[in-house]
Amino acid sequence: MLLHLRRSLVLAVACFVVFGLLYALAGTGVAQALFPSQANGSIGANGSTLIGQNWTSTRWFHGRPDDFGPYAADPKKGISGGDNPLVANGIPGESGATNLGPRSRTLVADTRQLIRWWHQHGVNPTSDLVTTSASGYDPDISPASAYAQIPMVAKSTGVTASTLRRIIAAQVRPAELGFLGSPTVNVLQLNEALARAEPGGR
Amino acid sequence: MGFFWTIVTLVVALALAWRFLGSYMAAVFDGRVRWMAWAERPFYRLLGTSPDAEQSWKRYAGALLVFSVVSLLFTYLVLRLQGSLPLNPQHLPGVAPGLAWNTSVSFVTNTNWQNYGGETTLSYLSQMTLVVQQFVSPAVGIAVAIVLVRGFTRRDASTVGNFWVDVTRCLLYILLPIAFVAGIVYVGQGGVQTLAGPAHIRDALNGVTQTIARGPIAFMESIKQLGTNGGGFLNANAATPFENPTGLTNWLSIFLLLCIPFSLTYTFGKMAGSRRQGAALLAAMAIIFGVWVGFTSVAEHQPNPAVAAAGLPSQPTGNMVGKEVRFGDTSSALFGVASTQTSTGSANAAYDSFTPLGGFGLLSGMMLGEETPGGTGSGLYTILLFAIVAVFIGGLMIGRTPEYLGKKIQAREVKLAGLGILVMPIVVLVLTGIAVSVHAGRVAPLNAGPHGFSEILYAFTSQANNNGSAFAGLSGNTAFYNVLGGLAMLFGRFAVIVPVLALAGALGTKEVVPAGLGTFRTDNPMFVGLVIGSILLVGALTFFPALSLGPIVEQLSHGRFFG
Repeated sequence: MLLHLRRSLVLAVACFVVFGLLYALAGTGVAQALFPSQANGSIGANGSTLIGQNWTSTRWFHGRPDDFGPYAADPKKGISGGDNPLVANGIPGESGATNLGPRSRTLVADTRQLIRWWHQHGVNPTSDLVTTSASGYDPDISPASAYAQIPMVAKSTGVTASTLRRIIAAQVRPAELGFLGSPTVNVLQLNEALARAEPGGR
Repeated sequence: MGFFWTIVTLVVALALAWRFLGSYMAAVFDGRVRWMAWAERPFYRLLGTSPDAEQSWKRYAGALLVFSVVSLLFTYLVLRLQGSLPLNPQHLPGVAPGLAWNTSVSFVTNTNWQNYGGETTLSYLSQMTLVVQQFVSPAVGIAVAIVLVRGFTRRDASTVGNFWVDVTRCLLYILLPIAFVAGIVYVGQGGVQTLAGPAHIRDALNGVTQTIARGPIAFMESIKQLGTNGGGFLNANAATPFENPTGLTNWLSIFLLLCIPFSLTYTFGKMAGSRRQGAALLAAMAIIFGVWVGFTSVAEHQPNPAVAAAGLPSQPTGNMVGKEVRFGDTSSALFGVASTQTSTGSANAAYDSFTPLGGFGLLSGMMLGEETPGGTGSGLYTILLFAIVAVFIGGLMIGRTPEYLGKKIQAREVKLAGLGILVMPIVVLVLTGIAVSVHAGRVAPLNAGPHGFSEILYAFTSQANNNGSAFAGLSGNTAFYNVLGGLAMLFGRFAVIVPVLALAGALGTKEVVPAGLGTFRTDNPMFVGLVIGSILLVGALTFFPALSLGPIVEQLSHGRFFG
C-alpha cells in the first residue's frame, strides 16, 4: 500500500512534468516555429478568419444568425449573444450553441422571426441563414447562402449583382481535398473583398 | 459523394492502422519495442520497478486504484488553487469545490464530461493538468485491456503484468508520439497553440470589437481524440474552428478516435496467436458501428422539424441547427457516432439539436456499453466481457462447457463478466430515476417535453459509460449533478475495471484445453453474430423503456412542439 502510494506520487509528478508542462511547451515551440500565424489564431487586420463576427449593417454579407434577430446580444437581459469568443463589444461570453431541441417551440418561433427578417431584406434564406451554429461563431456560410444575400447587399451598397456574384465566386473554398466536409465562403474575407471592390474601397 | 469518399478513405486508413498499429501495440506490451528506452528507463528508476517485477491481479488492481486516487487529488488541488498558480493569463479564480470534484473525476476516469466552459473557467495550467489525465487515463484503460488478454494467453500464471511498466510503455511508445505528430497537423490547418493569452481585435469595416480566447489548444485536441477523452479547451469543443478548423482536421479527428480502439482487436489476436480471433471481434464492432453511422447520417440529412414548421420545409443540406457549415450534416453525424461509440464525447456539433432519430443514434450507441469499438482499452475489455457471455450462451445451446481461447469459462468467469456488463445500466437507470424524481434534477433541462427527459437520460448514460458526450442544454453545473455525475463516472470506470482484472487473474491461472472437434468456434461468422446478438439484446432489454420515453416518443409526436 505504502509502496503503491510512493510510486503513485512519483508517477503523478513525472507525468505532470512530461505530459503537462513539457508536452505543451514543446508543442507551442514547434507550432510557433512552423505555423506562427495559425498558432496565434489566424488574425488579420479585421479579426480572425476563424471566428465569426456580428455583421450589423445590410451593406455587409451576414454570417450564421448566431448574433442577430432572436439571438442578438442584449446587455440589459445579460444575454451575451453568439459570435462571442470571450468578449464581444464589451459583453462577456463564450463559445456554444443554443441547444434547442428539434421539437422546441422556441426554435420554431425564433426561426420564424429570422425567416421574416430575411424576407424583409429581399433574401430567400437557405437553411444555414436561419439556423445557429455549433460553436456560436461559425465564420463560414455555404456558397448558396452568400449568393442568396446578393439582393440585400446590392441594394445597400449600390454594387451591381453581377459584380457581387463575381466577388463571391472568387471566395468559394471547395471542400478540403475535394471531398472532406462542405464547400464554404468565409464571411470576413468575403466582406473584405467587397470593401476593396466598392468605389473608394477601403 | 463527398461523404462516400470520406468513408472510403477512413476505412482504408483504419485498415492500415488495424494491421500495423495493432501489431506495434502488441510488440510494445511484449517489451519488444525499444526506441524510447532512453525515456523509459528513467521512469522505472524513479518508480523503483522493472519489467521483470510482475504483479498478481490484486496488486495490479491496488496499484491502479491508488494511482487513480492520487491523480484525482492532484487534479482537484490544481483546479482549486489555479488562482494562485502560474500560467493564468485571464486571472481566473479557483474552481468551486463541486465543479472541481466533478471535473477531476471526469478526467481521471477518461470521461471528460464538462460542466464548465473551458475558456471562462480554467487557467492554462489547469488545462495542462487535464491534458496529463488525457494521457494517463487512456493508458490505464489500455493496460487493463492488455491484462485481460494476458489472462487468456498465459497458462498457470499467478501474475498478470506490472501496472507501472504497462502504463509507462503505453504513454511513451503509443500515445505521446502519435499525439505530438497529430498536434502539428492541427496547428498547420489553423489550430491555435500559444501561451500568450487572449487576443483583442477591432474590425474597422464593421465596428465590432472582440476578445478572442486562445491557449495551448491544438496539442490538447490531438490527445483528446487519440485517447478517446473528449474534453476540449473551449466550451463548444471540436465545433470551434480553433480546435477543429477544417474538413481535414475533422477527418483526422475521426481517425484518431477510432484507430486505437479498433486496432486493439488486432493486438488481441496477435497476442492470442490467432488473428482470426481478433478479426471476429473487429467484425462485431464494425458491423454495429457501421449500422449506427448509416442511420444517424440519414437522420441528420433530414430537415429539422422545427425549422420546417417555421416556414422552411426545403433543407437540402439537412438539419443545420447547431452544425458548422464547414462540416455539414453527414460529417457531423459521422463524428457524433464515432465520438459516442468510442466513449470520447468530443463534439463538432450541438447533439442536443440533432433530429429525434439522430439523437437516438448517439444515445443508444452509448447504451450498448461502449465496445463498438469503445474507448481506448475499455472497448476491448468490454467486448471481451460480451464475448464471454456469447460463448456461455453458445455453450448452453450445444450442451458443452464453454471455452474461449482454450480457457474454460466457468461460473466465476460468467459472474464477473455479468457484473462488468451490468454495472453501467444499473447506474444509469437508478440515477436517471432519482434525477427525474427530485426538483434539483428536473429543473436542469433546457428543452421541454420528451427532449428534456432525453437530456437527463443522456447525461447519466454518458457519465456512467465514461463517455462525456452531452445534450448540452442540461444545466449540469449544480451541486446535485456535480456530485451524482461524479459518482456515476467513478462506478462506471472502477466497478468495471476491478471485475475485469479479477477475471484476468482467474483466467490466467487456468490451463489451456486443446481445441477438439466439439469445441465451439469463436473465430467464425456464427460467433460474430452471437456477440452482436448479446450486445444488442442486453442493450435493448435494459434501455428500451427509457428510450421510449425520450427520443422514440419525440420522433413519433409528428407536428407537436413543446415548450
